[in-house]
Amino acid sequence: MNRVDGKIALVTGGARGLGGMSARKLAEAGAKVVITDLREKDAAITLEAIKAAGGEAKFFKHDVANEEQWDAAVKFTVDAYGGLDILLNNAGVGGAAKPLEELSLNAWRHLMSINLDGVFLGFKYAIPPMKARAHLWPGGGSIISISSIMGFIGGSRAAAYCASKGGVRLLSKAAALELAPAKIRVNSVHPGFINTPGLRMGEAAMNQRSEGGYQRWVDGVVSRHPLGRLGEEQDIAHAVRFLASDDSAFITGTEIVVDGGYLAQ
Amino acid sequence: MNRLDGKVALITGGARGLGGATAKMMAAGGAKVLITDLLEEAGAATVAEIERAGGKAAFLRHDVTDEAGWQKAVKFAADRFGGLDILVNNAGIASDGKSIEQTSLESWRRVIAIDLDSLFLGVKHSIPAISARAGQWPGGGAIINISSIMGLVGMAGAASYIAAKGGVRLFTKAAALELAPKRIRVNSVHPGFIDTDMVRNGFKDLAARAGGIGENAIRDMITQRHPIGRMGMPIDIANAVCFLASDDAAFMTGTEVVVDGGYTAQ
Repeated sequence: MNRVDGKIALVTGGARGLGGMSARKLAEAGAKVVITDLREKDAAITLEAIKAAGGEAKFFKHDVANEEQWDAAVKFTVDAYGGLDILLNNAGVGGAAKPLEELSLNAWRHLMSINLDGVFLGFKYAIPPMKARAHLWPGGGSIISISSIMGFIGGSRAAAYCASKGGVRLLSKAAALELAPAKIRVNSVHPGFINTPGLRMGEAAMNQRSEGGYQRWVDGVVSRHPLGRLGEEQDIAHAVRFLASDDSAFITGTEIVVDGGYLAQ
Repeated sequence: MNRLDGKVALITGGARGLGGATAKMMAAGGAKVLITDLLEEAGAATVAEIERAGGKAAFLRHDVTDEAGWQKAVKFAADRFGGLDILVNNAGIASDGKSIEQTSLESWRRVIAIDLDSLFLGVKHSIPAISARAGQWPGGGAIINISSIMGLVGMAGAASYIAAKGGVRLFTKAAALELAPKRIRVNSVHPGFIDTDMVRNGFKDLAARAGGIGENAIRDMITQRHPIGRMGMPIDIANAVCFLASDDAAFMTGTEVVVDGGYTAQ
């Protein structure tokens, strides 16, 4: 179940974190995977892990905000493996926590260029090769975009992030309608707070501000997840793999929320 | 992946349709399955099919609106299979296609009883058994409630069904919050129109009422509302239920999985 044998996947931000684990799970389930990212060292570690487990993957250095590089990333995938069946738009940034009136237009645009423009460009360049092979699979092609619980609810001092993730959510629905006749399914995944290198990035600064500050922050975050823990990378990767597989053949234009109950309150 | 080895599942309305497909898939995934239903022959046939394939299953006649019947069903699962880990509240009926003005209170109550009261009773009486074993699994125990796209959007001539299925959606969230400390996850699945007897009978009713529009025309019209260009199959729903029941969905609770071919994306 949830197998993706013979399928070809492109995973952005696939060097580590949610993207890295999703790349591993897709490879483990039989897909050939192109990992794209700016982080070459982390990507090498993930490639190594995939190969050690008997999987197949390659790396392409890629800035998702750059249109030419999207064209090149998709061409690289088609040249390397012969096509494209699964696109995982995972690359994204959190942005600095700033009140709206202190947020610069440049910072807003930088975040949008990665979190939302990057997803639009991914769709645009991935669609032609995906269309060509969608008929091969009972579930057609599959595009999965990582949004967030912040694509449903607001977060203080996270206006740009919320706007970008809300955009990903509705962009996915619009694309789902447009691509249904081409047999390409489009869905979004909405993680709660996941224990990733990205989440831990603020650890040093928080601890510097006050001793044990990071742990106190994590405890506060955990308390908003009814299941009583942060998510783990594999929690998201499993949902991605399900959506990538033919087992979700009738699922398109919808959201899979993987948040330990955060939004249910 | 999505394996259910060693787990015990109770599936209401499991004789045929979505419930039948789910029962077969869960048994193939390693679960021991208690099928409950009012349809004894179909239930026995599904059990026999599962056993022929090497799986484990049993049938119990069970009216989901009857509280004592629920207690009996949970006890049966414990006696026969050693406990309970997964509850799939699938049994349900459609409303009769009448307008709100023409719907009798009796008919309203019947739909609410079968489609909504049953969930309350099922969850209430399953909690002790499921929580007793929830510590054994990385993803804890799992309750999956079959709602509908009609738990998300409205439709004329189906008010009681929609009210019940909307109730299922929010009851699921309330239960998810209450049961999280017990390590029981609770989620709802929202099918679009699925090719089952219930839906085909609904088309027949609609055709009879519409007069002049045939069943096939209604089917085409409904199919067109699914951007993916087809109605769903029972297996489409069974796959989503099995995913939610498995430890692969360990961080999912209190949410909806919509399996509707894009119906509600428009």
